[in-house]
Amino acid sequence: MSPIPLLRLAARSAWARRLTLGVTLVAIMLSTALLLCVERVRADARQSFTQSVSGVDLVVGARTGSVQLMLYAVFHAGAATNNVDWKSFEILSAHPAVEWALPLSLGDSHRGFAVLGTTPAYFERFSYGEHQSLKFRSGESFAKVFDAVVGSEVAAKLGYKVGDAITLSHGMGSANLLEHGDKPFQVVGILEVTGTPVDRTIHVGLEAITALHLDWVAGAPVKGLSIPQDFVSKFDLKPKEITAALIGLKRRSDVFRMQRFVNEFRGEPLLAVMPGVALDELWQTIGLVERTLFAVSVLVIIVGLAGLVATMLASLNERRRELAILRALGAGPGDIFIMLAAEGLLVTTLGAVLGAAMLAIVSTIFAPWLLEHLGVLLTPRLLSLSELYLFGGVIITGMLASLVPGWRAWRMSLADGLTPRT
Amino acid sequence: MSVSPAIVLDGLQFRWPGQSALCLDIPRLEIAAGEAVFLHGPSGSGKSTLLGILGGVAVPQAGRVNVLGNELTAMSSRARDRLRAAHIGFLFQQFNLLPWLSAIDNVLLPCTFSVERKARASRRHSLRDEAERLLTQLDLTMSHWLKPAAELSVGQQQRVAAARALIGRPELVIADEPTSALDAERQQIFIDLLLREVGQRSSVGDVALHGEISALRSARTALVFVSHDQRLASHFDRTIDLRTINLAVQADAATEPA
Ligand SMILES: Nc1ncnc2c1ncn2[C@@H]1O[C@H](COP(=O)(O)OP(=O)(O)O)[C@@H](O)[C@H]1O
Ligand SMILES: [Mg+2]
Repeated sequence: MSPIPLLRLAARSAWARRLTLGVTLVAIMLSTALLLCVERVRADARQSFTQSVSGVDLVVGARTGSVQLMLYAVFHAGAATNNVDWKSFEILSAHPAVEWALPLSLGDSHRGFAVLGTTPAYFERFSYGEHQSLKFRSGESFAKVFDAVVGSEVAAKLGYKVGDAITLSHGMGSANLLEHGDKPFQVVGILEVTGTPVDRTIHVGLEAITALHLDWVAGAPVKGLSIPQDFVSKFDLKPKEITAALIGLKRRSDVFRMQRFVNEFRGEPLLAVMPGVALDELWQTIGLVERTLFAVSVLVIIVGLAGLVATMLASLNERRRELAILRALGAGPGDIFIMLAAEGLLVTTLGAVLGAAMLAIVSTIFAPWLLEHLGVLLTPRLLSLSELYLFGGVIITGMLASLVPGWRAWRMSLADGLTPRT
Repeated sequence: MSVSPAIVLDGLQFRWPGQSALCLDIPRLEIAAGEAVFLHGPSGSGKSTLLGILGGVAVPQAGRVNVLGNELTAMSSRARDRLRAAHIGFLFQQFNLLPWLSAIDNVLLPCTFSVERKARASRRHSLRDEAERLLTQLDLTMSHWLKPAAELSVGQQQRVAAARALIGRPELVIADEPTSALDAERQQIFIDLLLREVGQRSSVGDVALHGEISALRSARTALVFVSHDQRLASHFDRTIDLRTINLAVQADAATEPA
């Protein structure tokens, strides 16, 4: 018979069993939403991670592992074992291939957030994502020695606004840090959200880092020596060393030549890495979690579809009579197969569509909350291309799974004929 | 109208897969167009099996099966399905209806399976009117029409099933013990209703009303009515004992439950 009335019958029959099928539908909906959600978080995390810096051709530091260099220079995590001499930095900056070089000085912190000493040029040169540059939400770049510009997350978590005074601590971490209590800073600018480590960083001038440590020796304040804040400008605040440097070249094609130049630097052992390549490598090493998560959500989908097949197979026994009636009315075994397969496909497709819709709604409503409380970036959107592939994969798998009850019903209606022997 | 017999069996032999003995071995059986036949035999004697073969659902290993002029054994299974949908009405012991459809939608079901059947059902009235007419003829009042089939009593369900078998005036109605779920009193009433509707009895007035007296003969629907209960045989044109026409020995025929 023609498929349209057949499918209408299948739909009405499914509606009659809406409770059991509904439960299966919800399972498929949730597992689809989970799969797509994991994929979205994964893709977004990867994107924001590997695009933590862009437009920077080389990251330079003292010779160490490239992963370690990226970790402290870009993510401000861990500590450098050695520093870069200021003279080396000046030589690199003056290299004819170099368009700009930004010094980075790390080591201090403020209530768990890293403090980065750099130059005002940082706010113009640094970019992330698809070459997006930093923007000020309020205030402006630092002008005086004890000015500070804070990232969006720092401002949000600690409730800072322009004009607030803050004191920095010596060292990273949170327990028992020595304070630079005698030299408070003033917040002069707050940056927009970037989704990169910039959000969790306090930026100060390179001179401020020197000034903070004028009366310090070997990581501790010198007893009896205290240089008041107002006098620091009488000292030479030019740094002696920095932690790392970001370098932009005039021509990208010079990158290998420049990298070799840095790695074979005469003055001291240095290392230059290309951030894009290094971030990709770094992501691969921490990507195990991501792949495990993905595998688990694929399993959840399979469990959901197996539930569908089990439910349909179980209902087949109760529906033997129904199928025999349809046979008597002129349905062939092929029609019975189509009805069952269509039911499975309907439930999977509906479940998958509802799952995708659910993710779209949830990501729209909860994205800001997730970013703020869990630091998870969940972009509100319908479906990305890779998500669309997964979505199609769910439906195709569901289609294949639906063949099982279809095939069973086909066999059954052939064996039963018009009078099922139950 | 075709004058070919409703059913002709010739040298029919049928064996269920996996069984060594023949289930049916019928050298010859002929049922005329419009004839009402009462077929009886004990449980397990192969009555339902024979009906399955007549419906084109089971295929014999040997012999010729001709239904309404069609050689079933020479047809594809799809063609047999189409023949069944368009020209044969089926009626079973019980659970004839799709419980999630209303009574009237159940009656209309054959018309969704066959365009030809639909065309014939809507020849004189609209499709719905025809279904309602049949239900009324079978003593089902309007209050039952839209009820889900599952909410009707067994007797009402059987009458809805009869209306469904009859819609679009199929040339052949096959009924497999349609009364065994009914109590003794209702059995005879149901059979009378069924016989009237297939055009055998007391429907002359109805047909005359439509000015189609000449159509009386050809409007008849052949009926093969199966039961293990011989007492119901009285009003039929002919009574056949399956054991007398079936040469296959039914070793367990008497002990097999229906
Ligand atoms: N679907 C089937 N598969 C295998 N054997 C069957 C099937 N249906 C019926 N039989 C066998 O065929 C014989 C006749 O059964 P049936 O035609 O149902 O008898 P009746 O309708 O007269 O009670 C029985 O022995 C039964 O076991
Ligand atoms: Mg039987």
